[in-house]
Amino acid sequence: MSNLLKKVNWMTLLIPVISVILGLLCGAVIMLVIGYNPVLAYQSIVESIFLQPYYGGETIRAMIPLVLAGLAVAFSFRTGLFNIGVEGQLMVGWLASVACAISLGHLPKILLLPLSIVAGGAAGALWGFIPGFLKARFKVHEVISTIMMNYIALYTTAYLIKNFLYTEGERTPTIPSAASLASPFLANLTQGSRLHWGIIVAIIAVFAMWFLLWKTTKGYELRSVGFSPDASNYAGMSVARNIMLSLTISGIFAGLAGAMEGLGTYQYMTISSAFTGIGFNGIAVALLGLNTPIGVLLAGALFSGLQNGGLTMQANAGVPVELVNIIIALIIFFVGSSYAIKWALSRFSRKGKK
Amino acid sequence: MGTEPLFEKGEEIMSFFEILTIIIPSTLLTAAPLIFTSLGGMFSERSGIVNIGLEGLMAVGAFAAAVSTLGLEHSGLGDASPWIAILIAGAVGGLFSLIHAVVSISFRADQTVSGVALNFLAAGLTIFLVKLIFDGKGQTPYITHNIDKVDIPGLAKIPFLGPLFFQQVAYTSYIAILIAILCWFIVYKTPFGLRLRSVGEHPAAADTLGISVIKMRYIGVLLSGVLGGIGGAVYLVTITSNYNVTTIAGQGFLALAALVFGKWHPIGAMGASLFFGFAQALSITSQQIPYLDRLPSVFMLIAPYVLTLIVLTGFVGRAEAPKADGVPYIKGQR
Repeated sequence: MSNLLKKVNWMTLLIPVISVILGLLCGAVIMLVIGYNPVLAYQSIVESIFLQPYYGGETIRAMIPLVLAGLAVAFSFRTGLFNIGVEGQLMVGWLASVACAISLGHLPKILLLPLSIVAGGAAGALWGFIPGFLKARFKVHEVISTIMMNYIALYTTAYLIKNFLYTEGERTPTIPSAASLASPFLANLTQGSRLHWGIIVAIIAVFAMWFLLWKTTKGYELRSVGFSPDASNYAGMSVARNIMLSLTISGIFAGLAGAMEGLGTYQYMTISSAFTGIGFNGIAVALLGLNTPIGVLLAGALFSGLQNGGLTMQANAGVPVELVNIIIALIIFFVGSSYAIKWALSRFSRKGKK
Repeated sequence: MGTEPLFEKGEEIMSFFEILTIIIPSTLLTAAPLIFTSLGGMFSERSGIVNIGLEGLMAVGAFAAAVSTLGLEHSGLGDASPWIAILIAGAVGGLFSLIHAVVSISFRADQTVSGVALNFLAAGLTIFLVKLIFDGKGQTPYITHNIDKVDIPGLAKIPFLGPLFFQQVAYTSYIAILIAILCWFIVYKTPFGLRLRSVGEHPAAADTLGISVIKMRYIGVLLSGVLGGIGGAVYLVTITSNYNVTTIAGQGFLALAALVFGKWHPIGAMGASLFFGFAQALSITSQQIPYLDRLPSVFMLIAPYVLTLIVLTGFVGRAEAPKADGVPYIKGQR
């Protein structure tokens, strides 16, 4: 145990904690300047999440896709790749899972549910593989290609729903209950929240990422390519293949996030003119979680807590819920500026020693 | 099949001309915001700073334009209001981009991370402020003095060309094209442009020649903020007329695509923006056009993104980013 602790670089752990504190402080200052009560605002967030079962349930419900999206971003970061395409991979995963559930509706639950989840993951994998292939084969930068893939997904899914799975209310029909992750038990437990069994999928995914990256040879290769592509190439690893593999697996996580929304939270998919925002939030979650599975889980809990608690903050303290997005943006800036924070910390500690 | 009456030869030419008089002005209108914004991105990326935050800069610009047009209208400035608002939006965009500059240049943060955060901040901050200013409502009222589509005096009367290029167009579209030419001159024909490009290609070499890498990069990002803000403002005063969450839905990313599709060149970015504007115009008007109405509009909608991917693969001439794009400059490091 003491050995394990020694390996942890405390400075690295300190950065996200300091970033969160600074982000919340900035939020408080904004509220003070405008004339809101920051104590009341933050208090109502904390109280609603921990004392009101409905908001607690909704927070855990929102965590499910957010953690999966965070894992998707973190996984690709480990191979040195920036997957901004989670939004698009999530949408195709969402549609694929709903489409599979509806078109194979006659199957028993034991087959249909796993099949629909797999369909979501597979669609996400395909959407991740394309930028991976373009990068490996043509050296197309993944940041640009994944952004392009997002918009292709947005318009294509809307088109497919409109022409093949359309029902009243600009959406697909509701999936059969045999494909549903929804649980009356969990809903009752949390006073009618939309909490569903997808939480188990999310937890398995957290474990899977840890196992894949740190306990398998392939994972070692993926991380090695992330550290130094040249050295890995010299050691006989195929950089191109690892790049494709990394973005494909990343796409699976993102596709699963979409499947959780389709099979769990909503039970259908609407025609959308804008992204869900879960994919972009996933970037924030991965960064704050230092690209580790446990970190992603914790950061996901924090952000979904802030977002769901933010609704009561609006009701109780009158602060528009958008303040939460401002705070999240500031936290990303602070985590991103870790160089500056480290510099400031070393400055302070040197002064302290004198 | 075969039962539909075919057009007479003369009629077909006539209707084709009519189609052009719908599509070309519509292309010019939708392209203008993209031209401004992609030129902004060009300055930033030419100096070596990746700017994923164009979307956020446009949002801030559109927000500033909405609020200031409403304010100026209220104080009785009339038709001048949207024009002044565009300038204000440019200034606000410039200020906002300084966050990206400080975080990614001085604090050496990952530029993509900083850009993503900038988009987040813009989305949150603008709607937060809209709610504060307009009593909790999620969107601004509609502005009454927008920049309208007009017939340009004199030029509109030219036979054939007049109806195509000078009727039902906004002045902003022509200003955008002129600015693109100006940007080309600045980047390729002035010492400033040479310094900007050198800092983006080989900062260490530029540094040894006495060019301040940090200063040039700050200027690059600042210009991207100003032009991105103007782009957002133009989008608002010519197209949407009010600001809400969905106003700038993807326009900034489309401008980013135009920049890449135009191979980081001012004229290329302008051409790509016009082409993407054309695709957007076609996706809106294709239902009225014979033959095209059978093609699902989704093809027009995804065309810009698919084409950008194809250009990046190098099938149609390789698109190369500036060499030091995205790499923080640390003095003395090799």
